[in-house]
Amino acid sequence: MHELGIVFHIIRSVEEVGRENRIRRVLAVTLELGEVSGVVESYLQDCWQWAAARSEMLAGAALEVETIPARTLCEACGEVYPTVRYGRTCPACGSAQTHLLQGNETMIRDITVPEDGADASAAESAEAVCAGSGRHGTNAEL
Amino acid sequence: MDEVRILEIKQSVFASNDREADRLRNELKEKGVFLLNLMSSPGSGKTTTLRRTIEALKDEMKIGVMEADIDSDVDARSIAKTGVKAIQLHTGGMCHLDAGMTRQGLEGLGTDDVELTILENVGNLVCPAEFDTGAVKNAMILSVPEGDDKPLKYPLMFSICDVVLINKIDVMPYFDFDLEKCREYIRMRNPAAKVIPICARTGEGIGEWAEWLRSKVRAWRG
Repeated sequence: MHELGIVFHIIRSVEEVGRENRIRRVLAVTLELGEVSGVVESYLQDCWQWAAARSEMLAGAALEVETIPARTLCEACGEVYPTVRYGRTCPACGSAQTHLLQGNETMIRDITVPEDGADASAAESAEAVCAGSGRHGTNAEL
Repeated sequence: MDEVRILEIKQSVFASNDREADRLRNELKEKGVFLLNLMSSPGSGKTTTLRRTIEALKDEMKIGVMEADIDSDVDARSIAKTGVKAIQLHTGGMCHLDAGMTRQGLEGLGTDDVELTILENVGNLVCPAEFDTGAVKNAMILSVPEGDDKPLKYPLMFSICDVVLINKIDVMPYFDFDLEKCREYIRMRNPAAKVIPICARTGEGIGEWAEWLRSKVRAWRG
């Protein structure tokens, strides 16, 4: 259920950057999401569809998610292993002295916006991107 | 297709909330208001612990309470009976409070005559840990029936807390709860966290907890 709160914060951050850069429309937002970030992508997409439609700048924008694999370092033997499979215990030596190297990210990487002066046709290009992405069929109807 | 350009942002989703939380903390420092964020699972005894805390401290400092829930005002009514100022915040279905919502709550409560404000966060060990509310200190309650392995299952929550209250210690003989093991699990996730066993129902341990809170409030207000 925290996905909705996370979506609100993404929208707020993107709107802030958008205002600073005098951007009126955003076509897509790329998010880096770690495997063990605790965020469920399908819920995130559902919340995004609902919330982005209510933002003037982000209506119809796609949320592209790039998954970052989780990797853990064993401080005892130096092994780096996939976290999802083995958890906090090192599969090589059995030590619990481990820490996560990556995989906890919830990072807004970049946004895609119409080229300067393309504002007039922004609505059309937003539709084109959404329809083309294939993941947001319902967005194209907005 | 029209030309597009890509703007790099590279910003954590939580960065804007973290900035807002820092702003709020600075304002609270200037006003001399201490904000405690109290978190736990549903049913761990947050409201009973809160009533005990109020009893222990209300004669020496002015206290305000914000009760956050998805719905209902039963907790705020219960707290209002203790004689301190209390308001209910509804999160509208959200599972946590963020700094913006906390600010709105503080405005609704009115902090001009309050020295200690306690925010009772939504009962949940996951999401409230992700969003900094702007509180000066984070506290959580883990109750004995929940089990001693919770620090392993909800590591983020335990890693952000300054103090962990282990509640309902009176029923420990009836549960497989190993207090020393629990302390060890908490240390693994957060070596700096203070652990205080309490029983909100009987008042056991409340003195030590009240003393911890009193010293933090004094240090903050200078």
